[in-house]
Amino acid sequence: MAIVYEKSKGLTDAELHYCPGCHHGIIHKLVAESLVELGLLDEAIGVCPVGCSVFAFNYFSCDMQEAAHGRAPAVATGIKRTHPTQAVFTYQGDGDLASIGAAEIVHAAMRGEKFTTIFVNNAIYGMTGGQMAPTTLIGQRATTCQSGRTVEQAGMPIRMAELLSTLDGCVYAERVCVTDIANINKAKRAIKKAFEKQMNREGFTFIEVLSTCPTNWGMTPLKANAWLKENMAAYYPLGVIKDSSAEVK
Amino acid sequence: MSAKVTFNSDRCKGCELCTTVCPKHIVAIDTTVINRKGYHPATVTDISQCIACASCAKICPDSIITVEKF
Repeated sequence: MAIVYEKSKGLTDAELHYCPGCHHGIIHKLVAESLVELGLLDEAIGVCPVGCSVFAFNYFSCDMQEAAHGRAPAVATGIKRTHPTQAVFTYQGDGDLASIGAAEIVHAAMRGEKFTTIFVNNAIYGMTGGQMAPTTLIGQRATTCQSGRTVEQAGMPIRMAELLSTLDGCVYAERVCVTDIANINKAKRAIKKAFEKQMNREGFTFIEVLSTCPTNWGMTPLKANAWLKENMAAYYPLGVIKDSSAEVK
Repeated sequence: MSAKVTFNSDRCKGCELCTTVCPKHIVAIDTTVINRKGYHPATVTDISQCIACASCAKICPDSIITVEKF
């Protein structure tokens, strides 16, 4: 008998606190599997955000550090500079990274800090109860824009992968989603590539993962998956946004 | 080839994501059971058709599915 698939050794046995159908669990295990397969798990150090994934340190079996809201890139900068040979990653949501932590992520990317950021974009503030985020789509309803977000009041949603890709220090930016097996495989390849580039000391690497929030979107997990593919993927195009090594070739 | 799919059913949250990716359409929610968390857990309806592709396990956010073949 051969085991085809089992829970990754990069994850602890703790039960995830996430809502049914939340993509955080899928993204957690893709990061964990990538670290295991690249042989980086034992020495890897992750930095957690504030938001739904604030307890991620309970779920990864590598060393983890909690950071103040939005400041994970600043903490990861210090960790990576003092442990330059170890894999370092931040795991951040859109409220954490694109809103209160916008300055930290932009400047970490500008400096070309050699860590990897996993950015989980679910277009809403999840933990605090479904408020409008910088990534909320036009027309999307949230508790602080009950008739839907408007351009006049809140502007257009921010595309972080494109924004960071304009900085020379950011060597790799890709946007993926995990709604089905093909996209899960693509997402895992992207995460592994980002870690490989980090370990080659090429520069800052950024993976944006589009995610659902069934609870705050007010949908079943399956409807949320369909909504993501139809609406989010239309505004946030999937694929490689920047790959410096490809440009050199 | 035969396959074995094990669900850690007490940890299932009944999100149904696994039911959408099975190429043989044999993963379903068992509405006759309520687990410790209060959800109807997922199960395999006809294991003889399973090809051990592990798609259900890959998409499970709570990593409660183990797939073996022999």
